[in-house]
Amino acid sequence: MSNKLLAKGLAGALAASVALVPLMAQAGDLVIESWRTDDVDIWNDQIIPAFNKKHPNIQVKFTSVTPPEYNAALNAKLAGGTAGDLITCRPFDASLELYKQGNLASLNDLPGMDNFSDVAKSAWQTDDGSTTFCVPMASVIHGFIYNKEAFEEVGVEVPKTTEEFFQVLDKIKEDGAYVPMAMGTADQWEAATMGFQNIGPNHWNGEEGRKALIDGSQKFTDKPYVDTFTELARWKDYLPDGFEAISSSDSQNLFSLGRAAIYPAGSWDISLFNKQADFEFGAFPPPAPAGSDTCYISDHTDIGMGLNAHSKNTEDAKVFLEWMTGPDFAQLYSNALPGFFSLSNAKIDIEDPVAQEFVSWRQKCKSTIRNSYQILSRGTPNLENELWNISAQVINGTLTPEEGAKKAEDGLEKWYAPHQK
Amino acid sequence: MAHSGPMTDWRKAKLPVFAFLAPATILYTLFMIYPLIDSIRLSFYTTPSGGDLTFVGLENYRTILSDPDWAATFWNSFWNNMKFFAVHMLVQNPIGIALAAVLSLPRLKFRNTYRTLIFMPTMLSVVIVGFIWQLILSPVWGVGADILDIVGLKSLFGPWLGKEGSALITLAFISVWQWVGIPMMLIYAALLAIPEDLVDAAIVDGATHFEVFWHIKMPLILPTVAMVSILTFVGNFNAFDLVYAVKGALAGPNFSSDIMGTLFYRTFFGYQLQLGSPTLGATIASLMFLIILAGVLFYLFVVQRRMSRYQL
Repeated sequence: MSNKLLAKGLAGALAASVALVPLMAQAGDLVIESWRTDDVDIWNDQIIPAFNKKHPNIQVKFTSVTPPEYNAALNAKLAGGTAGDLITCRPFDASLELYKQGNLASLNDLPGMDNFSDVAKSAWQTDDGSTTFCVPMASVIHGFIYNKEAFEEVGVEVPKTTEEFFQVLDKIKEDGAYVPMAMGTADQWEAATMGFQNIGPNHWNGEEGRKALIDGSQKFTDKPYVDTFTELARWKDYLPDGFEAISSSDSQNLFSLGRAAIYPAGSWDISLFNKQADFEFGAFPPPAPAGSDTCYISDHTDIGMGLNAHSKNTEDAKVFLEWMTGPDFAQLYSNALPGFFSLSNAKIDIEDPVAQEFVSWRQKCKSTIRNSYQILSRGTPNLENELWNISAQVINGTLTPEEGAKKAEDGLEKWYAPHQK
Repeated sequence: MAHSGPMTDWRKAKLPVFAFLAPATILYTLFMIYPLIDSIRLSFYTTPSGGDLTFVGLENYRTILSDPDWAATFWNSFWNNMKFFAVHMLVQNPIGIALAAVLSLPRLKFRNTYRTLIFMPTMLSVVIVGFIWQLILSPVWGVGADILDIVGLKSLFGPWLGKEGSALITLAFISVWQWVGIPMMLIYAALLAIPEDLVDAAIVDGATHFEVFWHIKMPLILPTVAMVSILTFVGNFNAFDLVYAVKGALAGPNFSSDIMGTLFYRTFFGYQLQLGSPTLGATIASLMFLIILAGVLFYLFVVQRRMSRYQL
C-alpha cells in the first residue's frame, strides 16, 4: 500500500515541479545564482535596493545554494535550462569550462569593463586573454589575525620577519595562557590555503614564481617551495593539542573565544570575528624571511558575475552587470562584506578597521593569486586538491617538506607538459 | 510485500494481479532499473572539454583500473571499504546477536526500555551522529578525554579522527554504534519465533542457557544472520554519508578514510578545483554495482544453498 501512497506523492511532486518551472523562468525578473548563502540579507536589503534606486523597472532575485553544492547544482540547472540570468563565477577553470560549453556569454563589449585591471580580469578570461566572461567582483587577502589583548598580556609585538614570527610564537607558548596558533588539519584546506598559499608568496616572489611554475622554469622541488613546506612544518609545535582532528570551525571558535593568540586567516573571516569576538583584534601580513626587501601577499581573485548565455533577459542582465562595474557597487560591496575587496579601480573607502589593515597591504606589498588556480589544476591529479593533502601531511609530520614537494611535482609532471622536460 | 487477502481462482484473478503489480513495477522500472541501465550506459561515454558525449567503449574502465593514479585511488578506496565492512561484520553483528540473545532471556526486566534505547541511534540522522561524535572525540571540546580521565586512561586519548592509522576504524566504530540496532532487532525477531518447547526440552535435559543458545537457537537463527550479513555488505559498500559528514569528500588524512562512495562523489560531482566528470563517475558507480552484485551472487549461490533450514 505504501507504494501507492509513494506514487501519489511522487506524481504530486512532479506536477508541482513542472508547474513551478515556468514561474521560475518567467521573463521580467532577473535571477542571480550564487554560492554565498551567508550574503542573502546583504543582497536583499542593501545591494538590490541600491540598484533599484537607479533602475526601478528591473526586478532582481538572489538565490543561493551552499558552496560545496554550487558547482554541481549550477551545472544541473544549466543543463536543464532552468538556471538564472546572472551566474556567480568561481575563478579560473570552473568558469572557463562554463564559457567553453557555451553557458556563459562574452562580456567584451560590456561598457565599464575597463574599470578593472588585467590581473583582476585574468581569473575570468580565456587562456589567450582575448575574451572576458565575468565581471570581477572581489578578491580575498591572506594574512594573520591576532588577539591584541593576548599580545599585550604576553608582551609581544607584531612580527615583521619570519624569525620574529617564530619568536613571538615561542613566547606565547612559554607563557601558556593561550594556544599560540589556532589551526587544525582535519579539513585539510586550511593547511593549504591559510598555510601554504599564505606564507608561500614571500618565498617564491609572488607572480614571478607563480608564472615560472606555469611555464615550467620552476618546479615544486625547487628551493622556494621546499622552504615554504619547511616553514609550514615548523607550525606543528604551536598548534593546539590534537590539531589533526581540529576542523576549521573549531579553530575559528578557539580564536573567537579568546583561547588562541594568532589565527592564520583569510580576510573573509573578519565579519565572523566582528560578530563573535568580544576582544580587540588586528591583522598582520605574512612575515617575510629576514633580508628580503619586498613583501608579497596572496590577494586572490575569488568571485565574479557572468551572464547566462541562454538568458531570456539579456538586456536587463547587461544593465545590472554594467551597474556592477561602477563605483557605487564597489563601495557598497566592500563595506557590506568586510574582507571581500572590490577589484574595481575606483577609489573605495573601507570603514572596518581590520579590513582596512588588510587592504592597506596592497600598497606596501606585491599581490599575487594562489599558484594552483590558473591552468595547473586542469589535470589528474588535481594540483589544488593535492596541495590540500600534502600541506596537511607536512604539518602532521607524515611527509617531510622534501617528500611533500616531490609529491606535488610528481603529480604535476604526470599530465602537465611544461613540467615533463 | 502486500497481503493479497483471501485467495480466489487464479485465472479469474489475473487482471487484478497485474493491476496491483503495475504501480510497483512501473515505479521500480522508472526510478530504479532505468537509471541503473542509463548510468551504466553513461560509463561507456566521455565528454571532451566543451564537447558532446562521445562513445569510448571500455576506455573509462581501463583508465580507472590501469592508470596508476586512478587505480591506486580506486583500490585504496576498495580496501578501505573492505576494512569498513570487516569492522561491521566482526563487531556490529556479533554485538547485535549478543544483545538480541540477552534481550530474549526470559527473566529480563525493562526489556522494552533497553530495546528502545539501543535502537535509538539508528533513528538519528547520520549528519547528527557524525556531528555528535566529532564533538565527543574533539581534542578541544570533547568529553572523550575527560571520560577516559575518570578511569585513569587519559594518556590513551588521541585525535583519532585525524590520524591516518585510526580515522577509518574510528568512523567504522561510529557507524557500528549507530546501526547495531538493526541486526539486534532482526535477530531478536528470529529468536522470538523459536518455539518455547524446544528450549524447555533442552533445559529439562540439563542444558545451560549458553548451551541452549549455542546448540539450539544459533542454528535456527543462522539464516537470519546470513541475511543480516548480506544487508551489512550491501549497506557498507554503498556507504558514503558518514565519511562525507565527518571528513568531507577528500576523506583525509591522505585519503585514509576514502571509501568507494566518497570516491564516486568526488569524481562525479567534482570537488573544489577538480571538475566533475559524470562519465568517469558513472564508471565508478558501475564498478561499485558489479562488486556488490558479485557479493550478493556469492551469497545466493554459495552461502544460501548450503545453509540447512529447519522446519519449526
